[in-house]
Amino acid sequence: MSFWLPLLVLATSLVAAIGIFMIPENRHAVRGTFNLTAALIKIALIIWILIGVIQQQTFETRFTLIGDIDFILRADALSLLFAGLSSILWLCTTVYAMGYLNKAPHRSRFFGFFSLCVASTMGIAMAGNLFTFLIFFEMLTLSTYPLVVHKGTPEALRAGRKYLIYTLSGGAVLLIGIAMLHGLIGSFEFAETGVLSDVAIEQHPLLVFIFAVLILGVAVKAAIVPLHGWLPSAMVAPAPVSALLHAVAVVKAGAFGVVRIVHNVYGIEFAQALGVLLPLAIIASVTIIWGSIQALRQSEIKKRLAFSTVSQVSYIILGITLFGPIGTIGGLVHLLHQGITKVTLFFCAGIFAETLGAHKIKELNGVGRRMPLTSVCFTLGALSMIGIPPLAGFISKWYLGWGAMEAGMSWVILVLLASSALNSAYFLPVIYRLWFLPAPATWPDEKIPFRRMETNPWLLWPTIVTATFTVGAGVLAASPLSPLSWSALIAVREYLP
Amino acid sequence: MNLMPLLLIIPLAWALISLLAPRLPIGLLAIVGMLIQLFASAMLWFSVHVNGPESYAIGDWMAPLGITLIADGLTATLLAMTALIAIICAFYALFYLRQYPREQRFFWPLFWFLLAALNGIWLAADLFNLYVGLELLTLAAVGMVALTADKQALAAGLRYLYAALLGSLAYLLGVALLYGAYGTLSLGQLSNMLEPNITTQVALGLMTLGLLMKSAVFPLHTWLPPAHGGALAPVSALLSALVVKASFYILARLWLQAGFDIMPVSAAQLLGLMGAGAIVWGGWQAMRQSDIKMLVAYSTVAQLGYLMLLFPLAIGVSAISATLAWQGTMFHLLSHGFAKAAMFLSVGTLVLAVGKKGLDDMAGISRQLPLSLFAFGLSAISIMGLPPSGGFNAKWLLLQSAISSGQWHWMIVLVLGGLLTAGYVFRVFRISFVDGPPTDIKPTPLPLELSALLLAVIAIGLGFVSSWPLASMSVTELLPGGSL
Repeated sequence: MSFWLPLLVLATSLVAAIGIFMIPENRHAVRGTFNLTAALIKIALIIWILIGVIQQQTFETRFTLIGDIDFILRADALSLLFAGLSSILWLCTTVYAMGYLNKAPHRSRFFGFFSLCVASTMGIAMAGNLFTFLIFFEMLTLSTYPLVVHKGTPEALRAGRKYLIYTLSGGAVLLIGIAMLHGLIGSFEFAETGVLSDVAIEQHPLLVFIFAVLILGVAVKAAIVPLHGWLPSAMVAPAPVSALLHAVAVVKAGAFGVVRIVHNVYGIEFAQALGVLLPLAIIASVTIIWGSIQALRQSEIKKRLAFSTVSQVSYIILGITLFGPIGTIGGLVHLLHQGITKVTLFFCAGIFAETLGAHKIKELNGVGRRMPLTSVCFTLGALSMIGIPPLAGFISKWYLGWGAMEAGMSWVILVLLASSALNSAYFLPVIYRLWFLPAPATWPDEKIPFRRMETNPWLLWPTIVTATFTVGAGVLAASPLSPLSWSALIAVREYLP
Repeated sequence: MNLMPLLLIIPLAWALISLLAPRLPIGLLAIVGMLIQLFASAMLWFSVHVNGPESYAIGDWMAPLGITLIADGLTATLLAMTALIAIICAFYALFYLRQYPREQRFFWPLFWFLLAALNGIWLAADLFNLYVGLELLTLAAVGMVALTADKQALAAGLRYLYAALLGSLAYLLGVALLYGAYGTLSLGQLSNMLEPNITTQVALGLMTLGLLMKSAVFPLHTWLPPAHGGALAPVSALLSALVVKASFYILARLWLQAGFDIMPVSAAQLLGLMGAGAIVWGGWQAMRQSDIKMLVAYSTVAQLGYLMLLFPLAIGVSAISATLAWQGTMFHLLSHGFAKAAMFLSVGTLVLAVGKKGLDDMAGISRQLPLSLFAFGLSAISIMGLPPSGGFNAKWLLLQSAISSGQWHWMIVLVLGGLLTAGYVFRVFRISFVDGPPTDIKPTPLPLELSALLLAVIAIGLGFVSSWPLASMSVTELLPGGSL
């Protein structure tokens, strides 16, 4: 069974995708049931594996692809961190999307590629070597393109083209890096403390170069400045797609790639010895500040959230570059925290747009009284992003700051402070508008009238669930199954005894 | 029983039957014949896989006098590929040609002659038989291009004929020179006898030129797009997937078996440069076409360029790099065969349904023909060299070869070529997301869509099961520097 489980986890979304493509367009109930069943089965499988991994079991699917290269799917603690996040958010986002796309055309295509996209994410999470990682990394590009251009408008098509140019180039660069590394040391797998420490010292400059190439390859998806241009344009996609792109799939895949390269290919100790962590930390810091400044300048809700993602994802990368277990914990835990927080914010933005037609920040005046639950969720998400205790974002920032001190890089504290100040500057006015400004006489375009609930319950419930996660991850951080404890478990294993 | 002569006898017999007895249901008969052919090829493949290379002397006359057929792992794989692609194309043609009752009469005899020629080339062991195979191939292919007999098709066919005859002439001159100098035409014997003198070099140069012409290698490619882009869908598929590969195959055998220490390394680099030119120019032209079939035809021009990278990557380098290059090229030949056939068949279905060839006319078709677009998408993944697919594995092997021999420039060509390919195939993907005005779409039989899908699935599947075909195609004793 331990051979088949990783494959089964992948298959749940893959089979769901194929099934959904085959279900006729107008059989919405059948498709919905099928989709949700698959999502639930996946969560059950992940829990099964999770229990096994806690008991030190290994789950691995492996077969030979070409020559000495294996296709490896392996569930280790780090993969479960990412796989767990995407399986839970897949369920939430699917429910949300079913509400959001109610009566829209092309739903079969949408949900099919949506599931395919989750399947790719699962593959990225469980890839046991860079080669397998690349397979799913590229599959992710291909399966998200149809989601980005879903509306079929000229604007969407333009955004899709931009997205492709960026991500396919990134994939090509990553391929070069992987091929070079393979040419240097032959085939290799991810290992907890890296695989490169035995390489002869005269090859070290080449290793630094390859590191740069590999990071460049994944940096496009991670939206590191200046490679982030595709992300704000991709905002043209429907709200659930943005939620998926920003919280689970694309940017997270990029950040996760950085984690894999630093920790499981180079090894954190070896990367520190090569001196490649500091430049990466500087790039991440620049991205954090730049993203926040840009977010401040946006007047559209989704655009502001997009630039906020640019900034927040680099927290993960920053944490990875802080040498020491505490910094690593900060980076890994933010992988989860940013996911649940950002998905909440995008869900809310989608609800505002769908219910009241509010797309711009200035249209949110007084929405708090019209839509109290949604506004509470948005407020929680925004406060978590700023880093207010006891929400999830606070835990991340706390560990990042602590990790920076441990690593002797106290300047990072300044970056964190500046970023928090900027976060406040672009989120607090929104919260102020929601709760303290009077509502306009009419909403821009009220589509869902107030009946028993403030909006479509299919949209509201997933939002409330993810907002609860945001609170729970912070308040219950000390409990054994919290994201924090799990990240600590991983971090301990990454450092040499 | 030896299967090799059977692989020549079946297509020739069926060709005669379909030519002489057109009243029989020749389409259905062709499927039966193809099934036998496929079975025989599979048997031969397994037999070679288990027992090693086989040879067969027709009429028991030994070389240099008689005709010898040789089947090694590469040959057997190519025969199997040919049979598999051809049977799916034949199945497609069975339904497709219902719209073309007049063309059907001549399609089937030409199809069988084409197949006989291809099998003959894969099996041939001497230069003259290769020549005969090439000529038969050319005539059948030109006939198929001109099948619809309208003005455009005739012009394209005529252009193809001139180019191919010129190529044949150059090749034949080279063969004559070699025969004059060494008195034998067997490739195996020649490979031990050839000396690096001016006659040999001129002969090999002429043969190379002729074969480059026939394989439509940039800048000698101009005849290909109108011929492949204008022909009927199953014809385009056969031509792009198989026919152009035959002359490349001869070129590869000629250079790596006999010519590698005769010709200077710079000549190999020049061939690679032509390949790089093809990748860039073909990709660029494909991006500019408004006719969807021409787009796919230019894609063939570009993809043939990757094959040419074999020469710089395998000649004048270590045995390991040469092996990787050989494996990568042959795997590319294989996966491109399936992917490109799938592409032409799916595009053919689209054109048939819409009745127009313009890319913009296809808007809104994703609702009516999602399977065809899906088949196109899958095959495009392989053509772009994205994982997981046969095309990606080929690219990976070529990349490894370029890295291990330190030829960084070819690595860049390989990667940039993939991006350029994405540039034009996504032009077709795009149309699936545009909701155009509801166009008048003819209903198309489902088997058309399914045949394209099957080919595309094979192209993707090659990404997962590459070790078998790779193991049998790696005929390392052919390579410069001998076996590993």
